[in-house]
Amino acid sequence: MTTAVAFDDRSHDFKASTLVAVWIGFAALAVASFALPESTVPAWMREVPPQWRLGLDTAISNFMKWLVNDATFGLFTFREATRSISDFLNVLLTAATAIFSTGILRGSGSTAVQLAPPLPWVAVVGIMAALGYRFGGIRLALLAGGAFLYLAVFGQWASAMTTLASIAIAVPLGVIGGILFGILGYRVPLARRIMEPVLDLMQTVPIFAYLIPILFLFGFGPVSALIATVIYAMPPMVRVTMTALESVPNEIVEYGTMSGTTRRQMLFKVMLPAARPQLLVGVNQVIMLSLNMVIIASMIGAGGLGYEVLTSLRRLDIGRGLEAGLAIVVLAIALDRLSQAYASRRLTVQGDGQRFAIALLAFTVIIYVLGLIFPAVAIYPASLKLSTAPWWGEAVKWINIHFFDTLDAIKSALLLNVLIPIKRFMVAQTWVLVTAALAFAGWRLGGARLSVLVAALALFIAFNGLWEKAMVSVYLVGISVIVASAIGIPLGILGGLSDRFWRVLEAVIDTLQTLPSFVYLIPVVMLFRVGDFTAMIAIVLYALAPAVRYTAHGIRNVQPTLIEAGTAAGCTPFQLLTKIRLPLATPIILLGINQTVMLALSMLVITALVGTRDLGQEVYIALTKADVGRGLVAGLCVAAIAIIADRLIQTAAKRLAAGQGGRTREP
Amino acid sequence: MTDTALTCRGVWKLYGPDPKGFLANRESWASDTDIKDAGYVTAVVDATLSVSRGEIFVIMGLSGSGKSTLVRCLSRLIEPSAGEVMFAGRDLLKATPKELIELRRHKMGMVFQHFALLPHLTVLDNVAFPLEIQGVPRKERETRAREMTALVGLKGREHNLPQELSGGQQQRVGIARSLATDPDIWFLDEPFSALDPLIRREMQNEFMRLQSVLHKTIVFITHDFDEAIRLADRIAIMRDGRIIQIGTPEELVLSPADDYVAEFTREAPRTKILSARAIVRAKRDGEMITGEISADSKVAEFAKEVEAATGAFAVRDADGELIGVVDRAALMSVLIETAEAS
Repeated sequence: MTTAVAFDDRSHDFKASTLVAVWIGFAALAVASFALPESTVPAWMREVPPQWRLGLDTAISNFMKWLVNDATFGLFTFREATRSISDFLNVLLTAATAIFSTGILRGSGSTAVQLAPPLPWVAVVGIMAALGYRFGGIRLALLAGGAFLYLAVFGQWASAMTTLASIAIAVPLGVIGGILFGILGYRVPLARRIMEPVLDLMQTVPIFAYLIPILFLFGFGPVSALIATVIYAMPPMVRVTMTALESVPNEIVEYGTMSGTTRRQMLFKVMLPAARPQLLVGVNQVIMLSLNMVIIASMIGAGGLGYEVLTSLRRLDIGRGLEAGLAIVVLAIALDRLSQAYASRRLTVQGDGQRFAIALLAFTVIIYVLGLIFPAVAIYPASLKLSTAPWWGEAVKWINIHFFDTLDAIKSALLLNVLIPIKRFMVAQTWVLVTAALAFAGWRLGGARLSVLVAALALFIAFNGLWEKAMVSVYLVGISVIVASAIGIPLGILGGLSDRFWRVLEAVIDTLQTLPSFVYLIPVVMLFRVGDFTAMIAIVLYALAPAVRYTAHGIRNVQPTLIEAGTAAGCTPFQLLTKIRLPLATPIILLGINQTVMLALSMLVITALVGTRDLGQEVYIALTKADVGRGLVAGLCVAAIAIIADRLIQTAAKRLAAGQGGRTREP
Repeated sequence: MTDTALTCRGVWKLYGPDPKGFLANRESWASDTDIKDAGYVTAVVDATLSVSRGEIFVIMGLSGSGKSTLVRCLSRLIEPSAGEVMFAGRDLLKATPKELIELRRHKMGMVFQHFALLPHLTVLDNVAFPLEIQGVPRKERETRAREMTALVGLKGREHNLPQELSGGQQQRVGIARSLATDPDIWFLDEPFSALDPLIRREMQNEFMRLQSVLHKTIVFITHDFDEAIRLADRIAIMRDGRIIQIGTPEELVLSPADDYVAEFTREAPRTKILSARAIVRAKRDGEMITGEISADSKVAEFAKEVEAATGAFAVRDADGELIGVVDRAALMSVLIETAEAS
């Protein structure tokens, strides 16, 4: 059974030799457009001339202007609607900020008078430790309490509490919104058919792209940041809710019907409670995604840790940036472990929980009162604060003094010999040729429908006049994915073969996946400054995990009987790997690479901060200018690339698996 | 039968493009192959049965025979493609959603194969749930739930969660819960099939004990013929969506409708199924009568007595009318048939 067989089942209408000839033809044309002098290729092939373009960006911008200036719902205008949403959220956010960070204030700005202080740090650390103990025993208590203690000791308390306050509002909103949309999708098939593609798109369009319309509608400030966070964190909750409701056992639904429940009772008293464990997994995802947004949200006005990181990064103040970045990581890990432990906890009888809540409340009140008497209980004493910032600064300085030449040499060598030639090659490719090649690949893999889809998406990019930037993006993502696969697949193979190695590896990639994408930029910028090389390393770090995980899973889950058959046939361990495990794992490894591509694309815009010149930069520029049309179109182009890659790779993986007569199960 | 609790007539369930239209136009097809060729899958075919008040009516069939679909048609958990289901003096299939909710709240109870307990509620709250749905005040519904929990022998476990109970205990909760509203009809869908054989036996006994107290009208689904015989007043045997035969266990054993039914009855414990009525012969002139037996008593109940005596026993029906005699030879023939079967 070879993999070639799987690809060739269409060859009855298409000879293998012709196929090879077509691909050689594409390759020759590609080399030609790179090697020949620029004047030989007509300019309209490189970039669609302005008079042919769709003008989607201006249309969107005009529409947004109309929305804000003229749109009305009869009783109230669109602007009044956005303003009342904004006011409502502002009330929530102010309340949460008062509890965690500022205390209750009268007046505003520098003249504000504090009427009551916020929660004392001792109380917050205590609450987290107590929750940890209740959900996961003494170890989780130490982890959660320790994490918050870290925030206090290392001087990140104030920022961390501002962040926590916005998370405390964003997560419930995201969860409730997600559940409501999920219920709608579950109940109304039409709503579901509309929502599915929108959710797909929301998860592929880079986050920055929808920061812009939010900025445009709600202005710069914490409320906009909150809205962006909720929109970003909600889609998985919608999906989880729909699947959770669907997977409630049929008997339970029948039981609900037989007890004579009304539709509402069925939903709120039977189905949602029965789906609780799965819904809690969704809650965990909302928390993690909200934290992932912390830094990005600070670009449109969120304060707190994200703002610290962003300003430090802009000033290249590595020490402070790293400290704040670490604080986000610590917060993320603590909240992740707490919510996971809560989700996987066995149910207990309710009365017990009430007693716990009362005890916790009593504890908080006592500490609060103590805090009014002893300031050290309320605010962590400045004299006991530690800062690692100078130390990090020194360390980076030291590395740069001693290794600058080496690092720079590595970077320059790779840039000059690998990155730049590839970039030139990619940029030289015309949209005509690439669209033709994609259409052909789509047709060979999945037939006419796939062919039309990928070609249409490629033309969408071309006719929005973003072809060259898109090719730069493809180059950056492509090379990052190659590097990530070159590192990730061998690691995955080792992990698949050795249990002990896998335990270590799994812990590492679990942690890598918990970290907000932005955090990867900090150390890389520290060492390599800005530019494509830095961007590539950051993307590789962020996108590595799925390549490792899927490979290990694929290697691990080859049927034991096949391994025994191989062993019985006298295979050496190396032959077992190359002749049995790897070929059988290929479809799953392909799916892993697909995930790597998706993550790499989502990291693309973030790396625009370090000066890449691709679609990411286009979005970023649009953000700074609040140019809705430009930003959204560039964002949609990134989504188009993502969808092309996703459909082609998934189809290839499915055909490979079908050729093997097996199924691909995702880990 | 005057005292009928539930009747269904000509109930069909087809899956396919337009089952209702297809069934309304019956001249266009005749055989099962016609149905199949038209693109329909049959789940229940033309089912007609009636359940008397206080009766245990067992629907028995192997997996895929349509028994679960049929009971769901009777309770309208599944919408039948055609037919009528008369319950509480009305056609259930014509009830509005609102009426249906009322009927289910007050007149129907159902027990499920995999218990279908709500995982987030305690035993007590699970049992009280149907009352909670109706808006019964907490105190009242908890009193009732405590009563029911005690009735099924779970006193002391009121505050446990379902996951902390064994399978048998969970089904006891399921039973208590379905009885909390004191329903007129009680559907049990393979209630003991997910349990170990020993526990199953225990639960069957428990079920019979409850029924002797409660006298409910019961529709009981099972794939286990022994269970059907142990529990049933009457059994309907289903195959490929059709009801092949309806009868008392004795009728099934004595005159199976076809080989399929005969296959099930062959190994059935005849002495516990057959009654004196089934094995009588005519009294010979001048024959000596040793004693008397009621026509409805089972062979196993009088076998010892008859075996010990030399003469024949007179068999009389409920009115005291002599319908024949039973002697050792008759007894022997029953035992021989049983032995041959196994």
